[in-house]
Amino acid sequence: MEGEKVGNVILKMKGIDKSFPGVHALKGVDLEIKKGEVHALMGENGAGKSTLMKVLTGIYSKDKGSILYEGREVAFTNPKEAQEAGISIVHQELNMMNHLSVAQNIFIGREMMNGKIINDGKMEEESRKLFQKLNIDIDPGEIMGNLTVGRQQMCEIAKAISRECKIIVFDEPTAALTETEIEGLFKIIRDLRKKQMGIVYISHRMDEIKKITDRVTIMRDGEYVATLITENSTKDDIIKGMVGRVIYEDPKEKSNVPTDAPVVLKVENLRAGKMVKDVSFELHKGEILGFSGLMGAGRTETARALFGADKKDGGNIYINGKKVEIKTTKDAVKAGIGYLSEDRKRYGLVVEKTVAQNSTMANLEAFSKGFFIDKGKEAKTALEYVKKLKTKTPGVDQLVVNLSGGNQQKVVIAKWLIRNCDILIFDEPTRGIDVGAKSEIYHLMSELAAQGKSIIMISSEMTEILRMSDRIIVMCEGRKTGEITIEEATQENIMYAATKRD
Amino acid sequence: MEGLKNNPIVKAIGTQRLVAFIALIVIYLAFGLLNNKFFSYATIVNIFDASYYIGFMAIGITFVIATGGIDLSIGTVLSCSALMAGYLNVSKGLPIVPTILLCVAIGALFGLMNGWMVSKMKLPPFIATLGSMMLSKGLGAIVTMSQSVTWKSSTSEEGWYRNIFRINSQSGVIVPTGFILLIASAIVMAIVLNKTRPGRYILALGSNLEATRLSGVDVDKWQTLAYVFSGLFAGIAGVSYASIYQVILPGAGSGFEMDAIAGVVIGGTSMSGGNGTIAGTMIGVFIISVLKTGLPFIGLNTAWQQVATGLVLIIAVFIDVCNRRRKG
Repeated sequence: MEGEKVGNVILKMKGIDKSFPGVHALKGVDLEIKKGEVHALMGENGAGKSTLMKVLTGIYSKDKGSILYEGREVAFTNPKEAQEAGISIVHQELNMMNHLSVAQNIFIGREMMNGKIINDGKMEEESRKLFQKLNIDIDPGEIMGNLTVGRQQMCEIAKAISRECKIIVFDEPTAALTETEIEGLFKIIRDLRKKQMGIVYISHRMDEIKKITDRVTIMRDGEYVATLITENSTKDDIIKGMVGRVIYEDPKEKSNVPTDAPVVLKVENLRAGKMVKDVSFELHKGEILGFSGLMGAGRTETARALFGADKKDGGNIYINGKKVEIKTTKDAVKAGIGYLSEDRKRYGLVVEKTVAQNSTMANLEAFSKGFFIDKGKEAKTALEYVKKLKTKTPGVDQLVVNLSGGNQQKVVIAKWLIRNCDILIFDEPTRGIDVGAKSEIYHLMSELAAQGKSIIMISSEMTEILRMSDRIIVMCEGRKTGEITIEEATQENIMYAATKRD
Repeated sequence: MEGLKNNPIVKAIGTQRLVAFIALIVIYLAFGLLNNKFFSYATIVNIFDASYYIGFMAIGITFVIATGGIDLSIGTVLSCSALMAGYLNVSKGLPIVPTILLCVAIGALFGLMNGWMVSKMKLPPFIATLGSMMLSKGLGAIVTMSQSVTWKSSTSEEGWYRNIFRINSQSGVIVPTGFILLIASAIVMAIVLNKTRPGRYILALGSNLEATRLSGVDVDKWQTLAYVFSGLFAGIAGVSYASIYQVILPGAGSGFEMDAIAGVVIGGTSMSGGNGTIAGTMIGVFIISVLKTGLPFIGLNTAWQQVATGLVLIIAVFIDVCNRRRKG
C-alpha cells in the first residue's frame, strides 16, 4: 500500500535479548522500520511485543543486541531520552493526569511560560490548533477525567504527535475507540506516513492490520518469526506465524465427558459493564470448559460477573436447572461455585497465615464450636487435603508464603474443595508456576473433573487450552465468538475466533 | 440542582467550595442570632486570632494533600520550632529577627526531612510524618527541658514582633494585621499552586505519579517541595502562634494538624490527591475558627467545638462524595 513512498530505514533493532527473573522475554528479536511506513507488530499474549517497545523507548534496558536509530547506535536509559531523540509511544494503558485539563496534560513537562507564570491560555490555543489539524473535537480546557476513555486516548495520541518525533509507537490504540474515532485515527496515521514518519502499530485486530499497515513483523514466545508485506499476505499467513509453534505437550484428542452428562451450570445472556456482552454457555458435569481469547477479551470479567464479584447488568444463571440469583460472592459460594483468581497472592490466599488456616477460610462455620475455632478438626481436615492433593509442605502449620507457586495453588484448590464447591473457576491456573508443578496442577484438574467436579478454565496459553479442555469457548471484546469441541479445535481456528470482531 | 451546577459562576468556584462558603456565612449568622453580642468587632478579631496558626499550617499542607500524601507532623513541628527559637531568644539572648527566621527554618527543615523520606526512601507519608511528629515533639521538650517558653511581651524591648499579627494601638483600636498577612500568603500560594511549574507538577504527580514521571518530570524533587512548603508554613504558624498566645507548652501543637487537615478537606481538596484549592482551604479554616470562637457565646465549651468540627467535616465530604457519585 503506497509502497513507493516508503523511504530509508530509520530504525533497526537487531538480536534484542531481554530476561527477567525466571522469564526469557525476548530471544534475539529483529525489527526494522522505514521512514514513511506503518509497521504492524503482531503476536499472541506474552509474545513480547510490548517488552520490545519498552526496550526501544528506554523503559527497560536490553541484555543483548543493538539498536540503530538514524544510523547511530543508541541505548536510551529513560523515556525522556527516547522522547528527546524523537521516539514517542502511545501506551496501551492510559497515562493521564485525570485532574488536570486536556491542554495541561498535553504540555506536561514542557509548559509554555510567561516568566515564572504558566501560560495556560497559550497552551489551550496550541492544543486547539493541534486538535484542528487532527480533526479532533475536544475542548482543551476540559478536565481530562471528564472525557470518555476513547477521547482520553485521542488526547494521548495528540500528546505524542505534538512532540517533534520521527517514530511513533501505537500500542493497541483502538481498544477503547469507537468506529468513528478509529476512522479518525487512521486518517491521522496516513497523514503521519505522508510526513515520512516511521510508525509501529501493535494490534490484535486483523482487519485493521490489513487496512492500515505496510508490513507486519510477527513474534511468538519472545522470538522473531517473520516480516511480511501486508499486501501480499493473507490473514491465514499471519495467524499461522503467530501460533505456529511446535506443541510439546500432547493436546487432548477427545472429550472425556459422556454425551449424556447433565448440565450443571447454564449462563444465559450475561451482561456486565463494557467487557461482558450477552455471553451464554453451558457447563456439564465433569467437564473442563476452556475459555480462550486475547488480552482484554472479557474472560476474567465474565467469571467475576458470574461469581458475583462484579455487578451484573443482566442475564440468568441456572445451577442444576434451577435459576439462582447471584448478587454477591457469598451467594456464589452458597450455590457451590469456587473462584480461583489469577492473582493468587492478592485474591486467593492470606499468605501470612498457615496452610490450615487458609484451607478452612471459606468454610469456617464448619470448623467452629460457638465462638471458637476447632483447631484440631481444622488441622485434621487440612492434613487430609494436603495428602489428597500431594501438597508439598512440611506441615499444616507452615505459612503459605513459604510454599512454591504450585503448592500455593493447591492450597487454594483445597480451600474450595473443603467448601464443597462443585463448580470451580480456574483463572490462569498455572500463571507463575514452573513447568514441573504445572503438570501436577493439570493432573489434579483432570482428576477433579473425573470425580465429577465441573471446571471453567480461563487460560491465555494456547497449549494449556488444547491440553486440558473438553470444549472451548472463545471470546473477543466481551462477546462469545466461538464454541469449539476439542475434537475440532486447532490453534488456527481458536485464533480466528479470538480475532473475530463484529 | 442541575441548572445551578451549570451556572458559570458556580462552575468557576466549584460546588463544594460554594457550599462551604455558604456554610461559613450561615454558621456566622447563626451564632449572631443566638447571641447578638457575637456581632462585634472584638469577636471578629478573636476569630482572626484563632485562624492564623491553623490557616498557615493549612496552606502548607494543602500542597502535601494535593500530592496524595499527608503530613501528620505539622502540629508538633509548630510547637517544636516555636519552643526552640523562643528558648534561644529568651534564655540565650538571640535577637528577635534571627529568632523568627530560625523558627521558620526549623519548620522547613522538618519538611525537607519528610519530603526526603517520602520521595527518596519511599516511606509511606503516614509513617514518615508520624515518625517526625514524635521526633519533633520530643526534641522540643528536650531543648527546653520540658519547660514552657514564654515569648517576649508587647511591652518588652523586642516586643514589636507581636505587631506583625496584631497591632494594639494606644487608642485601644486593634488592627488584625495577621489577617492581611494570612490572606496575602494564601493568594501567593494559590498562584504557586495553580499558575507555576512547581504547583502544576505537584498536582500532576498527585493525580498520576507514574504518568508524570513518564512525561519526563523530576517527580522526587517536586514531591519533596510539597513537604518543604508544609514544614515551612508550620514554622510560620509557629511564629503566629507565639505572637498571639505568647506561651508555648511542650507538646502544645499535638492535634493542631488535625484542625488544619479538617480545614483543607472541608474546603474541597480530596485526600486522594490531584486537586487542591487554597481558597477552599481558607474557607475551611474560617469555618473552624468561627466554631472555636462562637460556641462559647452560646454556652458550649471547647469540647463542643470538636463535635461541631467533626460534624461539619463529615457533612462536607459526604456532599462531595454524593456529587461525585452522581457524576461518575
